[in-house]
Amino acid sequence: MGNLYTSTTFMEHNSHPDYKYEMDSPTHEHDGINPSCGDELTLQLRVEDGVIEEASFTGHGCAISQASADIMAELITGETVDEARRLSALFLAMIRGEELTEEDFEDLDEAAQLRDISHMPARVKCAELAWRTLDGILDDKR
Amino acid sequence: MSDTLTAPAAADIDRNPYKADFPLLAGNPNLAFLDSGATAQRPACALDAQRRFYETMNANPLRGLYSLSVEATEAIAAVRAQIARLLGAVDERGRACARDIVFTRNASESLNLVAKSFAPLVLGPGDEVAITIMEHHSNLIPWQQAAAAAGAKLVYLYPAPDGTLPADEIAAKIGPRTKIAAVGHVSNVMGVENPVEQIGRAVHAHGGYLVVDGAQSVPHMAVDVAALGADFYAFSAHKALGPMGIGVLWGRHELLERMPPMLTGGEMIDSVTETGAVWAPVPEKFEAGTQDAAGIYATGAALSYLVDQVGYEAVASRERALVRYAMDELAGLGFVDLIGPAEADRHHGVISFNVRGVHPHDVASILDMDGVCIRAGHHCAQPLLAWLKVENLACCRASLAFYNDRADIDALVAGLKTVWSTFHA
Repeated sequence: MGNLYTSTTFMEHNSHPDYKYEMDSPTHEHDGINPSCGDELTLQLRVEDGVIEEASFTGHGCAISQASADIMAELITGETVDEARRLSALFLAMIRGEELTEEDFEDLDEAAQLRDISHMPARVKCAELAWRTLDGILDDKR
Repeated sequence: MSDTLTAPAAADIDRNPYKADFPLLAGNPNLAFLDSGATAQRPACALDAQRRFYETMNANPLRGLYSLSVEATEAIAAVRAQIARLLGAVDERGRACARDIVFTRNASESLNLVAKSFAPLVLGPGDEVAITIMEHHSNLIPWQQAAAAAGAKLVYLYPAPDGTLPADEIAAKIGPRTKIAAVGHVSNVMGVENPVEQIGRAVHAHGGYLVVDGAQSVPHMAVDVAALGADFYAFSAHKALGPMGIGVLWGRHELLERMPPMLTGGEMIDSVTETGAVWAPVPEKFEAGTQDAAGIYATGAALSYLVDQVGYEAVASRERALVRYAMDELAGLGFVDLIGPAEADRHHGVISFNVRGVHPHDVASILDMDGVCIRAGHHCAQPLLAWLKVENLACCRASLAFYNDRADIDALVAGLKTVWSTFHA
């Protein structure tokens, strides 16, 4: 946990999120809430021909939820819907404390920084919020 | 125990004669435990009592006809009497009204028992239940449910921003339709003591009843149910140095007599036939199944330590000194917004606050890295946080007990500086 708050790249995603804005013409939109924290998030996607061309979010919450959302949006932008679904499953498995391969961590890129959250049960929901919201959209598409 | 058991006029928070009595605190000298409002730490004497029960007097109370079971039964009876005296539940000749003490699992269950078994006896369509916006969910949801079931209305009393419930608010909200007023004695977020006596007088004037949630008061102050005018009083052992899983409900005897049991089964009957049952007298009527006798016995030891060894006077003077110091230090940081009354002496160990621009959960996680334990979130009082309009419907809470000292506060303050610099690097 310590390295998260002291990680400049992680904290930068919280203080200066690149993907926190309202999109002009999203094809998909989904709300996520984390009642225990009061975190609220709206995720927007622009999906064209099965590819996530644009991803953004709005809302408010703790640094973990905000940074996790920004990292996710960056990661899935340009990916196919199927790949986003795979990455989300990987991320949620990591947060649940399941074993991942080095390759999996590489695929998760910056999101792999959140692996230690699995040791902080109270913060798991914060880290998961954006990803569960993404699943909400992708499951609708299925 | 220490040599400073007579309450000092101005508590010396540099010295800490109490920590040694608490194995968890003594074993973790670098821990600043500031979450006693959620659950207190337990003194060795309470832990020893729990063990002693199983090692020397374990048998199923009430049932047995042999001396071991009788001993267990007597041990529980003694704690019942001890708690009755603690709450001022004594008859005109000064004898403890032990039979009016009902053991439950926690304050929540005690309040549910009143809402489920008593409220339907007095509550009808168009009637009102009055509570304050400061209630813990434990003293809120049961009344939402009871009011809805009876077709009654739930009415909220709102305090001034500093937590004070004004007399005109009490007069405006409690009237002829109010059948029950249910009030937290001390707010678990604001720290204020509510004007329970005035609310009691108002509701009694209209023939209603007063239910008091004492979860946050019994650990900090002497309680006298007669002086408060309470009809029911609930608290949890675990916030008052006792074990988790033991709750207490005191009720006026004639009201307990009228109430049906919430749970039925073993140990709560006089006789059973194929078609019916005759309930045991109060309080056994409400205590279906085998009780946590060891926990009750340990609760007795914990309360003896709190009340007889440390003493409420020392508890209060020490907590006052700690809160004064903490509030001064937090205010001095310049980036902390305090919630509740400005006067430290009205906080009863509870200091709620927010670090400007930082989510309370982030504050708690960062403090945790330095061994500082605070609570962050909605504190089981979501309607209050919505009413306070705090960002994210969440805040931080440091809740102190007499076993804290200046070093604990200094660790909190140092940790908060780290929080600020983490977000303003």
